[in-house]
Amino acid sequence: MAEKKKAKPKTKTTTRSKTKPGPKAKGPDVEGLTIRVCVGTGGLAAGSQEVIDSFHTELKAHGLEAAVEKKCVNKTGCRGFCAKDVLVDVILDGSTSTYQRVRPEKISRIVEEHIINGRPVEEWLVGPDYHTFHDKQTKILLKQCGQIDPEDINAYIGIGGYEGAKKALSLTEFEVIEEVKKSGLRGRGGAGFLTGLKWEFCSMSRATPKYIICNADEGDPGAFMDRSIIEGNPHSVIEGMIIGGYAIGANTGYIYIRAEYPLAIERLKIAIDEATKKGFIGKDIFESGFDFEIRIKEGAGAFICGEETALIASIEGKRGMPRSKPPFPVNKGLRGKPTVINNVETLSNLPSIMTKGASWFSSIGSEQSKGTKVFALTGRIKNTGLIEVPMGISLKEIIYDIGGGMEKKNRKLKAVQTGGPSGGCIPASHINMPVDYESLMRIGSMMGSGGMVVMDDATCMVDMSKFFISFTQSESCGKCVPCRIGTKRMLEILTRITGGSGKESDIDLLIEIGTDIKLSSLCGLGQSAPNPVLSTINFFRKEYESHIKKGICPAGVCKALRQYVINAEACKMCGKCARVCPSSAVIWQPKQKAVINKSKCVKCGACFDACPFNSIM
Amino acid sequence: MPGKKIKKVKIDGRRIACEKEETILQAAKKAGIEIPTLCHDDRLEPYGGCRLCIVEVKGVGRPLPACTTPVTNNMEVRTENDTIKRIRKNIISLLLSNHPNDCMRCEKTGDCALQDLAYRYDVDGSRFEGEKWDLPVREDNPFITYEPDKCILCGRCVRICNEVVMAGTIDLVGRGFNSMPDTAFRKPRSLDNCEFCGQCVSTCPTGALTDKKGRGKGRTYEMKKVRTTCSYCGTGCNFDLNVKNGKVVKVTSAYDAPVNYGNLCIKGRYGYDFIHNADRIKTPLIRKGDDSFHEATWDEALELIADKFSGLMKKYGNKTVGAFSSSRCTNEENFLISKFARTVFRNNNVDNCARV
Repeated sequence: MAEKKKAKPKTKTTTRSKTKPGPKAKGPDVEGLTIRVCVGTGGLAAGSQEVIDSFHTELKAHGLEAAVEKKCVNKTGCRGFCAKDVLVDVILDGSTSTYQRVRPEKISRIVEEHIINGRPVEEWLVGPDYHTFHDKQTKILLKQCGQIDPEDINAYIGIGGYEGAKKALSLTEFEVIEEVKKSGLRGRGGAGFLTGLKWEFCSMSRATPKYIICNADEGDPGAFMDRSIIEGNPHSVIEGMIIGGYAIGANTGYIYIRAEYPLAIERLKIAIDEATKKGFIGKDIFESGFDFEIRIKEGAGAFICGEETALIASIEGKRGMPRSKPPFPVNKGLRGKPTVINNVETLSNLPSIMTKGASWFSSIGSEQSKGTKVFALTGRIKNTGLIEVPMGISLKEIIYDIGGGMEKKNRKLKAVQTGGPSGGCIPASHINMPVDYESLMRIGSMMGSGGMVVMDDATCMVDMSKFFISFTQSESCGKCVPCRIGTKRMLEILTRITGGSGKESDIDLLIEIGTDIKLSSLCGLGQSAPNPVLSTINFFRKEYESHIKKGICPAGVCKALRQYVINAEACKMCGKCARVCPSSAVIWQPKQKAVINKSKCVKCGACFDACPFNSIM
Repeated sequence: MPGKKIKKVKIDGRRIACEKEETILQAAKKAGIEIPTLCHDDRLEPYGGCRLCIVEVKGVGRPLPACTTPVTNNMEVRTENDTIKRIRKNIISLLLSNHPNDCMRCEKTGDCALQDLAYRYDVDGSRFEGEKWDLPVREDNPFITYEPDKCILCGRCVRICNEVVMAGTIDLVGRGFNSMPDTAFRKPRSLDNCEFCGQCVSTCPTGALTDKKGRGKGRTYEMKKVRTTCSYCGTGCNFDLNVKNGKVVKVTSAYDAPVNYGNLCIKGRYGYDFIHNADRIKTPLIRKGDDSFHEATWDEALELIADKFSGLMKKYGNKTVGAFSSSRCTNEENFLISKFARTVFRNNNVDNCARV
C-alpha cells in the first residue's frame, strides 16, 4: 500500500479510466475520483458496507450524484492491516490518501473537506505504522487484493488477468510443467512439495479422467491467508486452476472450501460465473481445444479434511478420514483417478509465474524456498494482520519491522509459533533465523499453511501447548490409535501440569509418547500434533519443571497455580480490590490495608486487574 | 490377478517370493512370520488404523504399516526392533487405558485379539491415567450386544458392513477421543437399518460386539467346533457349530471356507434355534385315519410314498405326477431329484421353489 502511495498516480488513474470511462459529469471533478473501501471479512465486520452506503448518501447530498452513478466507490479485498479497518483510499486526481478506522459518521467530513475542497482530513489518515507495515513486504499475491473489485472480472482483466492462462494454453503441457518446475514453486499448504514435480507425476499417470483440486479448507486457528486471497482476488485462483488443469490434462477442477467462508464462496461463485461467460472456463478455452470446468464443494467443517486423502474422501461423500499413502493422489486420487491437490496460495502464484517467467519468480526468496509466503500475523504484536514476505526473510524483520514489535511496551518477545497446531515454537533466541521450509523444519517447527503467533513473556508455554493439543485432539478423525488416544492422554498430562498436580515423570512421559505418536500416526495431523509440546519442552523445559516441582507458573497464566498476595507496603488502602472480589476473599476496612483470605480466594484475578497501584502480586 | 513375481524381498532375513500387488503383511503371513495387527481382516481392504503392524523398512526413515505398504523389489523388512517394540507397547497401553479391562467376565476372553497382544507384549492398562468411556451397553436389538466401552475403533465392523455386506448400517460417528461406530443418528438397530447378518460380530477383535444368543453359554475354549454346511439355501456356506455339552450354543465363521470365507447371512449365523427346539420334527409323520399324525420310520414313510406314486401312475398315467424340490437343497440333491423324476416317473415334470 505504501509504495502505491508514493508511486500512485499512473497505476491508479489507468485502472480507473479503464474501468470507468465516461464523459465529465456535473459538479466537482468526479472524473479524477476513485474511492476504495475494503470489503474483506475484517472490513465488513468493521462496518464497511455502512461506510459505502454512507459515501453514496453523502456524495448525493453534496451534489455528486454523477460519482455514485459512475460507481466511483469501489469495493476491494483485504489489504492485510485488519487492525485498522475500515480502510478507505480516496484517490483524487491521481493522489491517494488512505484513511483508517473509518466509520459512517466520518464520511460527511471526508466528502466535504477532501473530495470537494481537496484538503485531506489529516487527523484520520493512516499513520507511519501503516507504511512500515507494508514497506518490508513483497506483494505478489496480495498486491491486487486491496486494489481491485473482487466481484468484477473486468477489474482483474484490467491488471493483466487471464494473460497467464492464455500464455500457458499456447504452450505445450510439458512446457508449462517445465516452467513451473524451473520456478521452484513449492506447495504452500505446509509440506512444501515441488508443485511442478507433483504435476509431472500426475501427467505421467495414464488413467483418465484426471482432476485438479484446489484445497481451500483452511483450518489452522487464526489463519486466514487463503480466505483473504479468495475474497480479494478469486480470479487468480481460478486462473491458477486453469493453468494446472491444462498442464496435467484435467478437464474438471474442484474447489474444496470450508462452509464457514460464506463470503469467499459467494465471490468464487460470482467469479466462476463471470469467467464462464467470458469463455475462460468451459469448452475450447482461448481456442486451444482445452475444456475445463470448476465445481465448488463445501466442506462441513472438519480440520482433517485439509489432509488430501481425507479431502478426497469428503468430496466422494464419505467420512473425511485419511488413508495410507501410497498410492498417492497423483496416481489414485479422486474416484481412484490421478488427482493433483494444490493449495489456494500455490495456485494463485501461477498466473504471475506464467506471465513474468520462472526466472523472475525464482529470483525472489532463498536458496531452496522460492517466491513469497503469506502469513497471518497474530498474537501479542502491535500490527496484526495479513502479510506477504519473501522466503528467507528473518523472523526479526517480520516481528519488529512489519509487526511493529510487541503489543505492550514492557513485554519482551518470548517465542513464535509457526505452522499452527502442527508447528513448533521458535524461542526468541533464534529470532535471526530465516523463514523458509528447511530452517523451520530443522528447528522442530514447520512452515505449515502460514499461521504465525507471536508470544510475549506473559505467555505460559505449557498452557500454549495445551491449547494446540486440545485442538488437534478434538479434530482427530479417530482412525488411528496414537492420534486418537495418544493426544488425549497428552492433553490430560498437560492439564494435570497446568492444574498443579503434575508428576516429575510427566515430562519424560510426554516426550516418549509424543515421539511415538509422531512416528506411528497415519497422517500429517497425528505426525505433527505433538510438535508444539515437544518443541516447548525442548526450549522451555524449565517452565514445565517449575509448574511441576515448584508449583509456579512463571508467566502467571495457569490459574490453579496462581496465588494472590497484597503487598502491604504498596497498598494505598483504596479498597477497590475488595469491591470487585466476587467471593468476598479480600478483607478490607476503610483506612486499613487489604488482606486476601486464601481459603476463600477463587483466583479470578479481578483484584489484580482492579488495583491501581500494582500492589497485588 | 497374479502380478509379476518379485523375488528379492527379505523379511527378518528370509527371502520371500512375492507378487507385485502384495503387501508386506501378506508376504510375511505367507512365510509364516507373524506381524501383530488389530484392524486387519483378509476379507477387507487394508486400513492402517491400529498402527500395530508398523515395521522397519531399510532406507526409510520412519516405520511403515505392513498392512498398507506394498512390497517393492529388493525391499528389506525387519518386523520388530526396539523402537517398534516400544511403540507397539505404548499403542496397546493407550488402547487399554480406554478399555474396561474386565477380562474375567468378558464374553470374549480367550478369543480376544487385544487380550492376546497385551499378554504377548506384557502390557496392562495402568501406564496412562485419564478419562475412560463409561457408555451404556446397547441391547436394543434381538441379535447383537454392543459394549462400546470395549471398542478399539479398528473400524472392521464399519468396513465389513460397507464393503462386504454393503448394508451401510454403521459408520464412525463423532470426532477425536469420542469417535465410535454407530448407526445414523445413533438409532437402535432394527430391520429398518440393519440386516442382522452379524458380519460385524464375526470381525470384531474384542468383546465390543458379541452374539446375544451365545452370551454366557461358555468360553471359546470349552466349545467343540463342528464344521458344517448351511442348510438354508443352496449356496453352500460353511460355518462352525459351537457345541458345548452336546448342545449347539452359537455359530462362528469359518474363515477358510472356500465358498464364503467366513461371511454369513442372518439365517446361517442366527437361525439355529430349531436344532434344540422341542417342536422340531425328528422322524417322518404319517397321517392316520383320524387325521392325526403318528411318528413313523423312514422305511414306513418311503414305502407309503412309493405305493401312492405307483398307484397314481397306474391309475392316471405317468404324466400326472412330478417332482418339486427346494432351494434349501444342494445342487447335487436337486440333480438327484430331477434324475429321479426322469428315470422313475419317466417325465420332465421337475421344478424348484428358487425363483427370485
